[in-house]
Amino acid sequence: MTMSPEVAMEKLSVAERSMWAFRDMRVVTWRNLIASLRIPEAIFFSSLQPIMFVLLFRYVFGGAIPVAGVSYVNFLMPGIFVQTVCFGAVATAIGLSEDMAKGLVERFRALPMARSAVLAGRTTADLVRNIFVLLILTVVGLAVGFRMVNGVGNFVLGCIVMIVFAYSLSWGFAIIGLKAPNAETAQLMSFPILFPITFASGAFAPVESMPGWLQWFAIHQPVGVVVAATRSLMCGGPYTNSSAVGWTFVWAAVLLGGFSWFAVRSYRKVD
Amino acid sequence: MKSDLAISAHGLVKVFSRGQTVRALDGFDLEVAKGTVTGLLGPNGSGKTTAVRILSTILSPDAGTAEIMGLDVVRQSDAVRRIIGLAGQYATVDENLTGRENIRMVAQLTHLTKSAARAKADELLERFKLTEAGDRPAKTYSGGMRRRLDLAASLVAAPPVLFLDEPTTGLDPQSRNDLWEIIEDLVDGGTTVLLTTQYLEEADRLAQDIVVMEKGRVIAQGTPAVLKAQLGTTVIEVSFASHDLADRASSLLTNLTPKPPIREGSLLELTVENGPKVAADVLRTLDGAGVELLGLALREPSLDDVFLSLTGHRTEDEVAEAAQPKRQGRKAKKESAQ
Repeated sequence: MTMSPEVAMEKLSVAERSMWAFRDMRVVTWRNLIASLRIPEAIFFSSLQPIMFVLLFRYVFGGAIPVAGVSYVNFLMPGIFVQTVCFGAVATAIGLSEDMAKGLVERFRALPMARSAVLAGRTTADLVRNIFVLLILTVVGLAVGFRMVNGVGNFVLGCIVMIVFAYSLSWGFAIIGLKAPNAETAQLMSFPILFPITFASGAFAPVESMPGWLQWFAIHQPVGVVVAATRSLMCGGPYTNSSAVGWTFVWAAVLLGGFSWFAVRSYRKVD
Repeated sequence: MKSDLAISAHGLVKVFSRGQTVRALDGFDLEVAKGTVTGLLGPNGSGKTTAVRILSTILSPDAGTAEIMGLDVVRQSDAVRRIIGLAGQYATVDENLTGRENIRMVAQLTHLTKSAARAKADELLERFKLTEAGDRPAKTYSGGMRRRLDLAASLVAAPPVLFLDEPTTGLDPQSRNDLWEIIEDLVDGGTTVLLTTQYLEEADRLAQDIVVMEKGRVIAQGTPAVLKAQLGTTVIEVSFASHDLADRASSLLTNLTPKPPIREGSLLELTVENGPKVAADVLRTLDGAGVELLGLALREPSLDDVFLSLTGHRTEDEVAEAAQPKRQGRKAKKESAQ
């Protein structure tokens, strides 16, 4: 369909604009997913890293980390899942800065598409990729002794909780992707943020083993909350923590709101 | 606003501050009539690309106004995006998608229906001789194929106004020629084209109107013929077997012309008012001194000469200064122009 110039986006109703924004997002998501399927090496190696983490902690460090109530592998896997989906946000930063460097963003910016679509398409594609990596990781976990001790339903709920959070985090890393001069720098800028929030979180060891000041950080910072929420759902028992589940959604909503507002603003102003 | 204008810009200013402040555009004015081709000519860093990015709504200006078909590029940016196409060195294609997928993506983002997008992709691939390569990822394409795909993608909405930012930079002569023919076809179909280029030959061939830019401003404007006529001169080129001979000849010929001869390698260039008479003098002088020459040619001033007389330096000078590796490109360009 063609529109006369007079029927511009800005004259459409909110509902129509949202529909176009959604369709544009879907097209960009499709493009991002197709593009990653064309680089099977990238899929292979990006799945390999979390698998290495599972094996490393399960067999190398795990024996030295005492946990209460469940076996270490059952304690560990929720933490590794959360760490993995959070690290997935690096792909958002890298993907966007590559599109910027290659000039694709220039092309998109000259098209009559929704201003949010490039970012929403990127983060949504990364969400899909996160689900795929979680599936692989679940299989690996089951192979090394992980069991869904609190039931399959709660395991799936745990996955949903962390995916929602990771999606909001992805928008934050979209900002890095827009601001970084190139993909390498985007990656380098991402790690100093991701390492403290994923490792100082109780993902790999009980927070009680940390010094007091760090314990406070590990419990209250967003990824710490998500780890507690996921473990509450996947392990249950002594780890039950329903307020963490609630707080995860609060964090996700706050981060998503703030990050997406700032990211779209940055996207408009990019030069 | 005059209704016969496709593009108009008044007093555009754009300042970038990355480390140091650069006034990429500094009071840029432009008027392009509907159905014409205008060539925006200037060295690297003269503001050509910035001008195109503002006119195609990618950047917003710090000051000034611009309209495309009477629509304001800032306030009515979305309406502008529906009637423009952008192709060239920066707007590009997705390497991991096939040619067909690239065009379909752009078509869908231009809000064509899925089936219309599919039909459009087939049509454009056919028109740009990419049907066979259509289902291969674009990263397997040659430079020329990539530019054709890029141009095809920019034509999805059959835009009445087309921006081409250095469309043939880095292409071999054959591919460049193919692309020129495509652009000429588009113009025959009534499309208004704004073309930026560093190649004078390209502007000369495609553009009816030439706008010469330097330091973010327009320093001259007119048809290629008018710009050349401003010089009102002929260029005499004399070639020698060696640099030394050319140097010797240069000192011998200094008195024959108002401006001293320009030596490039073993080639001397004299810009003169009365070509045939001075040419005879040159031959007589060199023969008398026993300096042997390889060849002598009289030619109309090129746009390069125009640029030299307007700015005091050649178009490529700043390129060569800005980045050493680009010298390679400059050399290749010279060769392909011969």
